[in-house]
Amino acid sequence: MAYSEKVIDHYENPRNVGSFGKEEAGVATGMVGAPACGDVMKLQIKVNKDGIIEDARFKTYGCGSAIASSSLVTEWVKGKTVAQAATIKNTQIAAELALPPVKIHCSILAEDAIKAAVADYQKKYGGHEGESGAEKKAAD
Amino acid sequence: MNAARKNPIYLDYSATTPVDPRVAKEMIPWLTEHFGNPASRSHAFGWEAEQAVENARAEVAKLVNADPKEIIWTSGATESDNLAIKGAAGFYKTKGKHLVTMKTEHKAVLDTMRELEREGFEVTYLDPQPDGLLDLEMFKAALRPDTIVVSIMLVNNEIGVIQPIAEIGEICRAKGIIFHVDAAQATGKVAIDLEKLKVDLMSFSAHKTYGPKGIGALYVRRKPRVRLEAQMHGGGHEKGLRSGTLPTHQIVGMGEAFRLARLEMAAENERIRMLRDRLLAGFKDMEEIYVNGDLEHRVPHNLNVSFNYVEGESLIMGMKELAVSSGSACTSASLEPSYVLRALGRNDELAHSSIRFTLGRFTTEADIDFAVKLIRERIGKLREMSPLWEMYKDGIDLNTVQWAAH
Repeated sequence: MAYSEKVIDHYENPRNVGSFGKEEAGVATGMVGAPACGDVMKLQIKVNKDGIIEDARFKTYGCGSAIASSSLVTEWVKGKTVAQAATIKNTQIAAELALPPVKIHCSILAEDAIKAAVADYQKKYGGHEGESGAEKKAAD
Repeated sequence: MNAARKNPIYLDYSATTPVDPRVAKEMIPWLTEHFGNPASRSHAFGWEAEQAVENARAEVAKLVNADPKEIIWTSGATESDNLAIKGAAGFYKTKGKHLVTMKTEHKAVLDTMRELEREGFEVTYLDPQPDGLLDLEMFKAALRPDTIVVSIMLVNNEIGVIQPIAEIGEICRAKGIIFHVDAAQATGKVAIDLEKLKVDLMSFSAHKTYGPKGIGALYVRRKPRVRLEAQMHGGGHEKGLRSGTLPTHQIVGMGEAFRLARLEMAAENERIRMLRDRLLAGFKDMEEIYVNGDLEHRVPHNLNVSFNYVEGESLIMGMKELAVSSGSACTSASLEPSYVLRALGRNDELAHSSIRFTLGRFTTEADIDFAVKLIRERIGKLREMSPLWEMYKDGIDLNTVQWAAH
């Protein structure tokens, strides 16, 4: 199995592993995949009141490429607006990590994880860019 | 971890073994000085090669208590399995067209059976019990009046369990069914006595027992006589059952490897059993680990363990300092969990997260201690990264989760 150096780096030094507290303001979660298929990704984003993703966390059950793909997107989404994050494409992830054809599904899953987290954000906080998650939560 | 270690620690002895240096030493003169063709009857080069081949044949026979005349050289256990199953099915096809095997057999048996199905034979593939062993009652029920061949392995390559071939042999002999046993993983690990066992055909490999790759043998019983249709035609070597010039150096290597196995296996197996138990004891207190296959009816070399909530390929990647096998065939294009573990009833997740550790002649206590430390550290790290582990720790039953399958 020949992994690219970038995949090995993310696998050995994964960025932003972990989970946010369930009660934290502005946190949205996307979980995609299935254990039986060999990969499950959980991506969490923490959105500030300006609609900017200020932090992200992941946990992944999957191969080295799946771990690397999810580690990479936690870096990429930070500093982006929710809408910008949703435009990240699997092809960009696959290109950055030099994934072989049999591992393209890992990048697709990572894109799906972002979309799922964004959908969760919109469901929880109404989906209006710039709206404060914290205030919305308090209003609930 | 110890960065000074350049090579991974080899814990994959069921994939292959190194040639024992004592074996390699015996082989070399037969490549350079004594290069004669054992079939050359007209000069001393041939005579000495033939003598070496017959000495080796006697050594292979001695390990399994057979007559040297019952040993046929082949290129390895895969060829032996093909010759035994296709050869017997072909010869006895007028008696019937049904064969019986198990779902946990090696591909060399399963794929040969598939080929026979394409040729019009019918094959029953029996499920093992959850411990990996054959249920004899289920086996008896699967036999038909037109069953001509049964093929059951002695030792499973993935989980190391030992099938009850003595009992299976009695059942087959009483019904006049030819019984083939793939013993590739068994030589030097379990005692084999073909005078007692009612086995008609048995496949052997040299390279699983510290001999060279590319050489194996098939035992073909003489009393009662078992007939085969040859699969390789040519100069009529090996009583016409397997034509092709005999590779003297390979054969000498297999003979020496089997001689050493006969002399050393009792002491060696006890040493290896102690190391295997030390390995298991080193991590068995960890949560959510499952030993695959029965631990009692098992060769001492094998430990197959599933680490729940950790994915197989990342597990192998995390254990790159150990040369081990995964139950997840992830090097192929499709991610296929081990068919052997699936046949035991393990779910896909546990099959994917399994590791096969196989120990051998050159495994040391220091190797095992290093492996234990590494396993604990890496499993811990991967579980910290696993959303499934987090859910398990939060008390969520993963079977109740609606997964978005992809």
